[in-house]
Amino acid sequence: MIQSSSHDPSIAGDLIADPRRIRASALLLVGRNRGFLSSLVFFLLMLAAFAIFSPGVFLHSAVYTAVFVSLPIFLMLTVGLVFVVVAGEIDLAFPSTVGMCAYVFSGAVSNGWSPFLGLLLAVMCGLVIGSINGILVTYVKLSSLVATLGMQFLLFGIINVLSNGNGITLDALASTRFYSLFVGTVGTFPAQMFWGIAFAGLALYLFTHNRFGSRVCCVGDNAEAAKAMGIDARWVKIQTFMFMGFASALAGVLAVLVDNSFYPTTGQGYLLTIIAAVFIGGTPTWGGVGTIAGAICGACTVGFIETGLIAVGLSGFWTNLFYGLVVILSLVLHRFNRTRGRNG
Amino acid sequence: MNVLGGPLVELRGVSHSYGGKGYALRDINIQVGRPEIVGLVGDNGAGKSSLIKIISGMTVPTSGQIYVKGRQMLQWSTHRSRDMGIETVYQDRALAEQQTIARNIFMGREIVGPFGNLRLKKQHEEAERLMRSIGFTSKAFAPDSIVGNLSGGEKQGVAIARALYFKAELIILDEPTNALSLTEVNKVLGFIRQIKEQGGSAILITHNIFHAHSVADRLVILDRGRITVDIPKAAITAEELVEEMHSVARTGKFALDRYRNPATTEGMVEQ
Repeated sequence: MIQSSSHDPSIAGDLIADPRRIRASALLLVGRNRGFLSSLVFFLLMLAAFAIFSPGVFLHSAVYTAVFVSLPIFLMLTVGLVFVVVAGEIDLAFPSTVGMCAYVFSGAVSNGWSPFLGLLLAVMCGLVIGSINGILVTYVKLSSLVATLGMQFLLFGIINVLSNGNGITLDALASTRFYSLFVGTVGTFPAQMFWGIAFAGLALYLFTHNRFGSRVCCVGDNAEAAKAMGIDARWVKIQTFMFMGFASALAGVLAVLVDNSFYPTTGQGYLLTIIAAVFIGGTPTWGGVGTIAGAICGACTVGFIETGLIAVGLSGFWTNLFYGLVVILSLVLHRFNRTRGRNG
Repeated sequence: MNVLGGPLVELRGVSHSYGGKGYALRDINIQVGRPEIVGLVGDNGAGKSSLIKIISGMTVPTSGQIYVKGRQMLQWSTHRSRDMGIETVYQDRALAEQQTIARNIFMGREIVGPFGNLRLKKQHEEAERLMRSIGFTSKAFAPDSIVGNLSGGEKQGVAIARALYFKAELIILDEPTNALSLTEVNKVLGFIRQIKEQGGSAILITHNIFHAHSVADRLVILDRGRITVDIPKAAITAEELVEEMHSVARTGKFALDRYRNPATTEGMVEQ
């Protein structure tokens, strides 16, 4: 089209001169990134509100450093879950997957094994749990909502039984190279943010510039069509669960490192906040489309809420109320910002 | 018709019955040359879909032989059929509607570098070229347009373009003009003509004789599992064809004797 129109000066002239065309292509660019843009706007508005109510806190770097300590965990889990949701499924087992991987890592390290080996074992554990979830959903044909809910209970039960309800403290870990590599500081900046950003970058690449992301979208959009075109839809879905397992393993290890301890409840607090972050981020519920960039904004929104509320001077009792408001307001924003949706 | 290696696809004496209860297809002999567009017309229950399923490999016929490019196919399956360049395009089942045209065209066969790295620019260019070549004249649609925003006819254009890009030699179109408006039908018929322009063959399955007549080189009428008419388009008008179909359906006899298909009319009368 570019070549043919260059032979025709009138069309080329149109392209340059016609402001409607420029407006149209600008609109197209906005249209393609609606989910991302509205979640970015939402995040910035929330941050601005915090800054207005508590300028003393939010105009200094200390609060950001505090948020950045745990933000990578939100980032990894949220972008991981986007793949599962876009493939048309849901993973409710990731909190216990985080816990199980954290337990494996802590167990290995407390046995005197290298933390690098512990990380490797945790990742393998995450991949195995992910593939079990995936197989239950694809080959056994269970609803992912129910299957992963079952896995969530089952894994939490296994963690409790194996650990006898006891935590594991890893004091010696804090002096290792492994610790400073993953959760040390660069200046005052928490090192885990680099890992969080790197993981989000990997997810962004996979989703937009890799065959994997392309196939996840096709399978979530129309699995029958994808199968007819030779895509192994079941394998693609299993891969999304495995990717979520991988994200959960990294998040679990980070959670242990941040606290210097493993608790049987490690990971359990993330279930609703991460799911909320995915949808705050502008990924719709029905599969086939989603946005990683939006999910990053969603994770930041969720990551800042708790710290922000406390900084503004509200008690912890307000947190859930505020989460609820944020979820509903952002979904309403996405709803009005969507030109064409499944609901018309 | 191509002299080298005989017709593209040929069925010889193909019969099929589902679980031994009567015949869905009886003694079908049909050839598709290249490039050639065959219009396959028949009423509901005439055996059209059974015939498509056999050619696309979804069904292995109870008896008879299938030849592709002059070679008899002994192991027949959807995989084999596809490997031999036969592709089926369904009206609304084959596209991912929330994805772009380019992503749909390359679905399952993406252009990638190492590690599955998508070559997006190359995909975009190829999709653009393909869309123009098959007759997407509207500049409103680019490779990154969302398929769900296209009309029914244009969606089929995307599916046909996809089949052509992946070197389909025979494209089976299952009721492509159903439930489309007049302008949409014309678009789809235009896409079908492009298949032949590009050197491909097609079987157009429809119950609208006028649609078949306007694009096909040869018309085949299927009635209760038998081929009752197999005639070059030039030899018959659409109106005569309608009359034939009615006559055969009502009486089992041909209104115009010259259109008889001698190979398949035996035993028609006693039905």
